[in-house]
Amino acid sequence: MTLRGRAVLITGASRGLGEALAREVGGRGARVVLVARDGAAVEAVAQDIRAHGGEAWSIAADVADKDAVHRVTGLATALAGPIDVLVHNASTLGPVPLSLLLDTDCEDLERAFAVNVVGPFRWTKVLAGSMALRGGGLVVHVSSDAAVEAYPTWGAYGASKAALDHLTRIWAAELEGTGVRFLGVDPGEMDTRMHAEAMPDADRSKLARPADVARAVADRIERAGESQSGARVALSASAEPSGLAVAS
Amino acid sequence: MLVVDPSNGCAEHARVAALPRYLRAGDLLVVNDAATIPASLRGETMGGEPLEVRLLSRRDDGTWRVVLFGRGDWRTRTEDRPAPPELAIGARLRVGGEVAEVASVSARSVRLVDLRFSAPSSSVWRAIYRAGAPVQYAYVRDALHLWDVQTAYAGEPLAVEMPSAGRPLSWSVLLELRRRGVALACVTHAAGLSSTGDEALDEALPLDEELVVSAATVRAVKETRARGGRVVAVGTSVVRALEGNAHAHRGELVATRMRTSLRIGPGFVPRIVSGLLSGVHERGTSHLDLVSAFVDGATLDEAYRSAEHEGYRIHELGDVCLVLDGALASDRAGLRPRSASVPAGLAEPLLRGASCAR
Ligand SMILES: NC(=O)c1ccc[n+]([C@@H]2O[C@H](COP(=O)([O-])OP(=O)(O)OC[C@H]3O[C@@H](n4cnc5c(N)ncnc54)[C@H](OP(=O)(O)O)[C@@H]3O)[C@@H](O)[C@H]2O)c1
Repeated sequence: MTLRGRAVLITGASRGLGEALAREVGGRGARVVLVARDGAAVEAVAQDIRAHGGEAWSIAADVADKDAVHRVTGLATALAGPIDVLVHNASTLGPVPLSLLLDTDCEDLERAFAVNVVGPFRWTKVLAGSMALRGGGLVVHVSSDAAVEAYPTWGAYGASKAALDHLTRIWAAELEGTGVRFLGVDPGEMDTRMHAEAMPDADRSKLARPADVARAVADRIERAGESQSGARVALSASAEPSGLAVAS
Repeated sequence: MLVVDPSNGCAEHARVAALPRYLRAGDLLVVNDAATIPASLRGETMGGEPLEVRLLSRRDDGTWRVVLFGRGDWRTRTEDRPAPPELAIGARLRVGGEVAEVASVSARSVRLVDLRFSAPSSSVWRAIYRAGAPVQYAYVRDALHLWDVQTAYAGEPLAVEMPSAGRPLSWSVLLELRRRGVALACVTHAAGLSSTGDEALDEALPLDEELVVSAATVRAVKETRARGGRVVAVGTSVVRALEGNAHAHRGELVATRMRTSLRIGPGFVPRIVSGLLSGVHERGTSHLDLVSAFVDGATLDEAYRSAEHEGYRIHELGDVCLVLDGALASDRAGLRPRSASVPAGLAEPLLRGASCAR
């Protein structure tokens, strides 16, 4: 699938990986809808994509807000056309500094699941039926190695990402044969605000640049037909520019 | 679900989950995948007089054709709503936070006007999705959410009222149909308002409605006819879209985006559609007229009486009716494919045995 002419909806597109991916797919000719809570920040990115000749629209919304789901997906479809690719990239760590599970407030764990799991579920539920009827579409879940490794203090985030990974597989199993595909992507460690908040002392020179990871994710989207639906791919970054290795 | 077989006058009651029983491998089910726009917007004249704007359709020149209502909202019965202030061409309104000018007023009714918004189309869409609410009527007590009026496969927002025949179709039913060899296809049709409170205007419903038929759907219909399958429309809007399209192209279905104002009633000979799943409609509505093109009056009357007796709910959030030649005959003749993996819901016995009008 080439991204040219496709309608792509990306959550968490005001900064970090989401911003870089919106720029990347916009540059490849997709019609991009960018979502984040901070309306001014996400509109600035959309404006810049338009200034570079792309087609982009921003919508301010919280992915965990139940009342927003149909308003955002409906508006996105009115603006960009029926959505072909949905990228669930927005995510929360919960309060930082990260804390042990025994010290985690239940409400904070609930919030992590609301943003990282229930939100993506709701948005996919609204958009994947239309994809199935049209016979094609792709849903990407941005995951993390914290979904697989049991890192102390990453409990709320890690457990929610693990649930997201399993959602990827079950969606794929249920919609097998409809043409709607699901893909989990672990982007690896990137130099973003989220990373700085979680690990303020990290050596940033060792972290991948979101733009490089975005290129790899966009390649994956264009080649999604080649891998099994429901697969989870880990993009492992190195400090070398464009030195992204892929482990499936 | 009321099931009516016009070929033998038989009818029976069943659950929607049992729909796959009444279709055969090789049939094609066509749904309307239009998402429902939150088409009711509050507005006011520049003099501060409140009104309600119900969107009907976006015109090719970028204006919106709308129906205006006076003060109040859906909680008042449509026919009891005060008339809107009379507006001349050029009058300006505030609608959902945007400014619009009356571009034309219909000769049919002063309530039917075209509005030209001063903002670009993307801003108008934002206003609609920010400030709009689903069009609804007084018989439902609570305000509807946008999710209450979407089908499980809604795509492009084009309908101003829900294409409601598809409301009870879950993906478990749709995927079961597909497993049994029934093909699925869609049209996108701008299902319009069902009532305006203005008698002259109601008489003229449905007004012209936009529709999209894709190349994939044209192909699916051709293949279905070639193998002798039946084309089953979900909703009167799908019948209007397919027959309206064929009517405009000398009987052939053509992949295109167009408008139709074709009226379908008793005596209309459908060229594409073999049968339909639709709501249980109130007598005297254009919806029921359309159903009458597929079944004789006596059979429909008898079946409807039985549905009334069973307490079926009419209106768009109510029950549904399948009218399809062979729906019950094939059952009796044992032609129905009996899959070993019938999900629990499908194995459920019929609510009531079939009764036949003749
Ligand atoms: N950075 C890493 O090293 C790393 C490693 C593994 C996985 N990941 C994953 O990669 C993805 C992107 O992370 P990132 O590092 O780019 O994060 P980031 O720089 O913090 O960006 C997060 C984006 O999501 C938006 N967002 C956050 N909460 C939201 C909500 N409730 N509703 C809507 N938008 C929301 C933010 O904008 P607003 O604040 O304006 O809403 C922002 O645009 C995430 O899924 C993350 O889990 C990152």
